[in-house]
Amino acid sequence: MKLTGAQALIKSLEMQGVDVMFGLPGGAILPVYDPILDSPIRHILVRHEQGAGHMAEGYAHATGRPGVAMVTSGPAATNIVTPLADAYMDSVPIVVITGQVATASIGTDAFQEADITGITMSVTKHNWLVTDANDIPNVVAEAFHVATTGRPGPVLIDFPKDIANAQMDWYWPGSVDLPGYKPNSRGHSKMIAAAVKMMFEASRPVFYVGGGVLNARASEVLAELVELTGIPVVTTLMARGAFPDDHPLCLGMPGMHGNYTAVTAMQQSDLLIALGSRFDDRVTGKLDGFAPHARVVHVDIDPAELGKLRRPDVPIVGDCRSVIEDIVRAIKADPDAYQHRADITDWVGTLKGWQEKYPLKYEQPSLSGVLKPQYVIEKLRDATPSDTIVVSGVGQHQMWASQYWKFNHPYTWINSGGLGTMGFAIPAAIGAKVGKPDRTVWAIDGDGCFQMTAQELVTASMEQIPIKVALLNNSYLGMVRQWQEMFYGERYSEVYLSPDLPDYVKWSEAMGCASFRVENAEEVGPTIEKANEINDRPVVVEFRTDSSEKVFPMVPAGVSNDNIILGPEGLI
Amino acid sequence: MSISYIPGNGSSSDLSGTPGIMHHHVLSVLVENRAGVLARIAQLFSRRGYNIFSLAVAPTDESRFSRITIVVDVDSAPLEQITKQLHKLINVIKISELDPAESVECELLVATVNADISARGHVMELVALFDGKIIDVGVDKLTVLATGEPSKIDDFSELLSSFGIVELQRTGRVALAKLERQSNKLKNTTGRAG
Ligand SMILES: Cc1ncc(C[n+]2csc(CCOP(=O)(O)OP(=O)(O)O)c2C)c(N)n1
Ligand SMILES: [Mg+2]
Repeated sequence: MKLTGAQALIKSLEMQGVDVMFGLPGGAILPVYDPILDSPIRHILVRHEQGAGHMAEGYAHATGRPGVAMVTSGPAATNIVTPLADAYMDSVPIVVITGQVATASIGTDAFQEADITGITMSVTKHNWLVTDANDIPNVVAEAFHVATTGRPGPVLIDFPKDIANAQMDWYWPGSVDLPGYKPNSRGHSKMIAAAVKMMFEASRPVFYVGGGVLNARASEVLAELVELTGIPVVTTLMARGAFPDDHPLCLGMPGMHGNYTAVTAMQQSDLLIALGSRFDDRVTGKLDGFAPHARVVHVDIDPAELGKLRRPDVPIVGDCRSVIEDIVRAIKADPDAYQHRADITDWVGTLKGWQEKYPLKYEQPSLSGVLKPQYVIEKLRDATPSDTIVVSGVGQHQMWASQYWKFNHPYTWINSGGLGTMGFAIPAAIGAKVGKPDRTVWAIDGDGCFQMTAQELVTASMEQIPIKVALLNNSYLGMVRQWQEMFYGERYSEVYLSPDLPDYVKWSEAMGCASFRVENAEEVGPTIEKANEINDRPVVVEFRTDSSEKVFPMVPAGVSNDNIILGPEGLI
Repeated sequence: MSISYIPGNGSSSDLSGTPGIMHHHVLSVLVENRAGVLARIAQLFSRRGYNIFSLAVAPTDESRFSRITIVVDVDSAPLEQITKQLHKLINVIKISELDPAESVECELLVATVNADISARGHVMELVALFDGKIIDVGVDKLTVLATGEPSKIDDFSELLSSFGIVELQRTGRVALAKLERQSNKLKNTTGRAG
C-alpha cells in the first residue's frame, strides 16, 4: 500500500493507539493536517503551542498513556520547548511532532526554520529528524517505545515538509531495533535481600516515596509493603496520592514546604527507603545536612539517579512496582526474620506525637473577614468527590493545595514539580479532563499563572471540556512576594499584579466560561456548590484571598532541614 | 637498527603538562553511527558541567557503529555519573573505561617547527629518535609527524618546542583494551594458585 509520509505518520499514531492529540497547524506541518480529517484521532485545536504540550502532559499524568502534541516548525516548535523541559524534569511520557522545512532547505535559515532537534536535545529523552519517508513507522514506534519505557520522558519527532509529501510503502514494524536502549526493570535479587535486611534492622525507617512509584503504577503494592512492615511513608510533591493521606502511617509531604513531621522524620531517620524519588534539593535542603544518620536504600529505574546526589548503601536499579513486589515476596519468604525484626513502635509513636504537636495551621479570622487561601482549599476538598483530579499552577497556591488537600487515590494530583512552570494548570487540567472525562477536574491556579495560559479556556469552551478553575487571586506573584518579605527585608520589587486588572470574571465569561467571584469566607461553600453543578462548560471561580498570607512550614533555600520555620512566629 | 625513544618514568607523562594524570580517564564509547551523535555527546558533557580533555571519533569496522575515545577530566564530576549519563543516550551502545595499565593508547602529532640551516640537523635527529617522519620541508621550517603513546608524544612536543613551534596539532588519543597474554586455562590455574 502506497501512502504519503503525512498519511503514514497519522496511521502510525493510530497503530500506537493514539485517541487524541493536541495541536495547532502551520506551513511546514500543513500536509499532515489533511489526513487528520479522515482519522478517528480527535484533534484538539489549542490557542498557543505551550498549551498543547501541557495538555499532552496532563493527559499522560491522568491516564498513564503517552500524550501527543503536534505543531508546526520554527516559532511553534520553540513554543513547545517549555512543556518538553517540564516533561523531562517530571518524567512524563509525551510525544511531540514538529513540522520542519523541507530537507533541502534545512540549514539555509529558511522561513520558519528552527533547529529544534538541536534546541531540544537536553530536554528530551531522545529526538528524531525524519529524513526518509520509509523510516516513518519505525521512527514513530521507536519514539513511543522510548517515551513510555524505562524512565518515561518526552520525545520529539521533527518532520520535514517534503517527507510528508513523499510516497512510501506502508508497513508496521513488529518490534523496535534500538541496540543502545535496554532499560532494566527487575531489581537485583542480592540487593533486594540486602534491602530487606536493612529494613528489619532499622529502628527509625521511613519510606521516601517519589513520582517513580506513580509512573510504575505501584501504589497498590506499596500499600501492601507498608501494611506488612508498618514503616511510615512520606510522599513527595510528585508522589502525592501514591499512598493515601488518610492512612495512619502517611506523614504527608516533606521538603521546603513540607510539614514538620515529614521533614523531621527524614532528618532523624536511620534508614531511608527511597522509592522512585531523586533527592531533589527541594526535598533535601542543604544536602550535607540531610538525614545525616540515615542509611539509604535507593530504588530507581534510572541508574544515573543512584549516587547522583546521595550515595546509597543499597542501590537497586529497577521498576518500582517490580522491585516492591520482589521485596514483599522476599519478606514473606522468611517469616523468621520477619518475626525478629527491630521494633519500631517507639518511632511510630514519636511521629504521632509530632503530628499532634505540629500540625499544619492557619487561621480564618471570621466568615466576613479577609479570605485565607487555605480555607478555600479545605472547603473545595470537602465539597468534591475524593477521586477529583486536582491540577495546580506554580507558586503559593500550589504549595497550599499539596498541603491541605487529602490525596487518597493515585493520579489525583497533577503539577509541575521539577521545572516549576507557571501556567501549567489550565492546559494540564484540560488534558487530564480529556483523558478522564468522567472525573471532576479542578485546577487550582494563581493570578500570575492564570494570566500565562488562560487563553486555553477558549479551547476548553470550544471543545466542551468542562474543567473547573479555582483562581486564588492574591493580587501578587505571591511566592516571590513571600521571599521578598522574608529574605529581602520587605522590599517588594515587581511582584504586585492588582486584584482587578484584569477583571477575571469578565475575562472568563468572554472565554465562554461560567464565572463567579468570592470575596469572603461565607460565600466559599455555596459558590463551590454552584460551580460543581455546571458541567456543560468550564467554570472559573475567582477567590480574592489575603495577599499577605505565607506558606509555612518553610525551610529557607540552602539551609539544613533541621532549621525548619513553622510559622510567622519564627524558628523552632 | 635504529635507536628510538622510549618514554621513561621521569618523563613528563601527564596529559595537562601539570601533575594530575590521576584525574583523567579514558572512555571508549561505541555508538550508533547516526547523524547528531557527536552533538548529543558533546552537549551532554557541556550541560552537565563535565570537561572533555580530548576526543577522537571514527567509524569502526562495522559501518553501523562508530567509536569515540574520550579523555575526560574527572575533577569535574565522578566518572560513574559521567558514564551513567552517557549510557542514557539512546545511541550509545557500550562504554568501556580503559585503565591506562590495561590498554594500548596511541596519538598522532603533526607540527611545523622552525628549522633553519643551523637547526635543521638537530630537528631531524630528534624526529629520527622518536620514530617520526618529516612530511613537509620549507625554506626554514619543517613539518614533522610522530605517533605513539601519549606520554611519548608529550615528550616529543616538549623537545620540539625548544626549536620554536609554528603550529602544532594532536589528534587526541585512541585506545583499545590490552589483549590477554595468557590462555584462559593458564590464567585460571595461576588464579587458583595465587
Ligand atoms: C514561567 C515562570 N516564570 C517565573 C517563575 C517564578 N515564580 C515562581 S512562583 C511565582 C509567582 C506565581 O504567582 P501566582 O500564580 O499568582 O501564584 P501565588 O504564588 O501568588 O499563589 C513566580 C513568578 C516560574 N516559576 N515560572
Ligand atoms: Mg498570586
